[in-house]
Amino acid sequence: MDRRKSIKTLLISSASFAVLAEACKSDDKKTVTAKDIPVAGDSGLDRMKEEEEYEKQLMANTFFTPDEMATITLLGDMIIPRDEVSGSASDAKVPAFIAFIVKDMPRHQTPMRGGLRWLDVQCLNRFGKSFQHCTAPQQVEIVDMIAYPKKAKPEMQQGVAFFSLVRNLVATGFYTSEIGVKDLGYMGNVPNNWNGVPDDVLKKYSISYSEKELKECISFG
Amino acid sequence: MGDLQIRKQTKTYDAIIVGSGAGGGMAAYVLANAGLKVCLLEAGPMYDPAKDSSQLKNPWESPRRGASTKFRPFGDFDGCYWGWQIDGEPYTHVGDTKWEWWRARMLGGRTNHWGRISLRFGPKDFKRKSIDGLGDDWPIGYDDVKPYYDKIDELLGIFGTNEGLDNHPDGIFQPPPRPRLHELFIKRAATGIGIPVIPSRMSILTKKINNERGVCFYCAQCGRSCKAYADFSSSSVLILPAIKTGNLDVLPHAMVRQVITNKEGLATGVSYVNTLDLAEYQLEGRTVILAASACESARLLLNSKSAAHPGGLANSSGVVGKYLHDSTGADMGGIIPELFDRKRYNEDGVGGMHVYTPWWLDNKKLDFPRGYHIEYGGGFGQPVYGFQWGMENLNGTYKINGKQKEAGGYGASLKEDYRYFYGAHIGMAGRGEAIAFESNYCEIDPGVVDKFGIPVLRFHVKPSEHEIKQAKHMKETFAEILHAMGAVITWGGDAGPENNYGLHAPGNIIHEAGTVRMGNDRRTSALNKWSQAHDCKNLFCVDGGPFVSQADKNITWTILALSMRTSEYIVDQMKKREI
Repeated sequence: MDRRKSIKTLLISSASFAVLAEACKSDDKKTVTAKDIPVAGDSGLDRMKEEEEYEKQLMANTFFTPDEMATITLLGDMIIPRDEVSGSASDAKVPAFIAFIVKDMPRHQTPMRGGLRWLDVQCLNRFGKSFQHCTAPQQVEIVDMIAYPKKAKPEMQQGVAFFSLVRNLVATGFYTSEIGVKDLGYMGNVPNNWNGVPDDVLKKYSISYSEKELKECISFG
Repeated sequence: MGDLQIRKQTKTYDAIIVGSGAGGGMAAYVLANAGLKVCLLEAGPMYDPAKDSSQLKNPWESPRRGASTKFRPFGDFDGCYWGWQIDGEPYTHVGDTKWEWWRARMLGGRTNHWGRISLRFGPKDFKRKSIDGLGDDWPIGYDDVKPYYDKIDELLGIFGTNEGLDNHPDGIFQPPPRPRLHELFIKRAATGIGIPVIPSRMSILTKKINNERGVCFYCAQCGRSCKAYADFSSSSVLILPAIKTGNLDVLPHAMVRQVITNKEGLATGVSYVNTLDLAEYQLEGRTVILAASACESARLLLNSKSAAHPGGLANSSGVVGKYLHDSTGADMGGIIPELFDRKRYNEDGVGGMHVYTPWWLDNKKLDFPRGYHIEYGGGFGQPVYGFQWGMENLNGTYKINGKQKEAGGYGASLKEDYRYFYGAHIGMAGRGEAIAFESNYCEIDPGVVDKFGIPVLRFHVKPSEHEIKQAKHMKETFAEILHAMGAVITWGGDAGPENNYGLHAPGNIIHEAGTVRMGNDRRTSALNKWSQAHDCKNLFCVDGGPFVSQADKNITWTILALSMRTSEYIVDQMKKREI
């Protein structure tokens, strides 16, 4: 179900909601003026004025350099490449998410900036070039040295910590994107009637509802 | 600053209510419907879930993908403004106190995002001192409150089942939702080792209750506040309807500074600062009802010193601010290998758990005095920031689709892992009763004011061995249940004496209470059994402040019941010209 349709369903499933919202508007007049009502910011989410100011400030700043962003994009698409199910990290605009989140969560800034430089210095020493200018096989060679925490060499552990952080940021950015949510098969966030675990699933796990539950719980059709 | 003036509001009210959460909302609803002229002051802005909630937004509609900020510690979609810290409104600690204080600033307060877990206190919960000798008995018992629990069950709506359990009273329930898959697993495992699991009791409508409110459509997002008014929020269910009576004025952005009293020591109104333009006001009323939250109400009383009330208003006993206590809390999480690679379907359900465990043991046979209940989580949640964070600690541990992989990794194989583990995690949270001690308190910090110039609170709280032993028991129970269901502990398994067995810092569970407690003896309590100040008969407190003890139950349903009871008493006393 697409989003527009889901909102329509919400309106139908609670017919009183639009009417009530209208009623409240006129009732508030006496003591509430327009400036009291929280205004949605650019994100379209409900925002206090303090939040709006904070986000405006974040948006006005840039943290990563273009070179850093290029490396983040390359690493992102190695971690989450396009496959038969879904697109890549860059298809899902994960680099832009990472560029935002390090501003919102300054604790990620030094590990990311320092880790990117660590990676470039490693590449420079080994291949004579920074990561983004290495060949694809060279990029795989260095990433393989830091992508597997248990088998990585002791002298590569700073790289392991960096790559784990990048993996986590890329994955969290990807699986919270529209492409990623679809890939996972999350089917919620839509108005519906919860009628319990589907029968075939109950059967698969050899578990069932008790008589008491079937009698007492709400059921639909 | 130029000439600072205090403006007197010309309208005089029958009742002034400070704070718009559960207690204040209920008082406003009852008094406005009884025909009294009521003014409700709220420090934050107006809020109407129908217009303002972020319900049904997708994770990508938040630039931080639902992650928390200081403005919304429970995440970007959460329905509560502010939380552990508010810019310009500090609080302080004595010694190594770790008290954490959640404050909402909005119409409806914390009820816009709360867990809707709505548990009646049982008969024993009002008389704990008689049972174990600790703390104090309430001046009232279950029979005094039962009629109000019945009324709010019907007025506000709640689902659950009548189980006939000892000290977990039945109610007037709508049908609960069926358990989710992991909840069936939990129920089977826990009941197999003697731990009961029953349908949860939550103020969410599974059936139509009136024409103003919609019915739950199972999006699991009660925490964002419901646009259809299908769950209980003080804003949507009490205050907005109360405004329609024409008897209630709401003043948003009004931070109350002080309760004003006259020479006789009676309350005559409040002074407040408008947080937008910083203008100072006074407002007059026949009664003043505090519902600013347990600690904010104590702060207001302590800041309302006068010749008639030299130790702070309603504080001749010296107990205001004392007996501060929160629910205990400890948690654990695990993963259920049987649920790897699950078939997908929508299992959002209501916002929160469909089943829970009420306290089931006899403390006489245990080494700690009070009980706890267990809340459960899990399933196919909406992915948000932090989704499957730490995959490198998981994907080398289990065979994935039959293959043993090296931990960590990247590429198409990694994408397979995220899909494989999705929906297999569960969590358990114990929430229990702490003892209310006189030695745990908040007081006015003599050296610190907030940005409005109002002296702030300083906290002095330590967990006792009772709470720590209870947390230890919680952790042992969680591990037993997880083991019984074939699950593997993934977090919270590191409990030991060095970390108080994972006991949360007090305040962290956001059920603070006890700071303006009621009692029959005016030397040891601030309020009488009607939540009316012993020292000031037209002053009342209807939040968590009056609680003598807080049971192993979340306190909101009892705040609502007691606020309704006090409000009806106020109407009666006003009719009789007693106040």
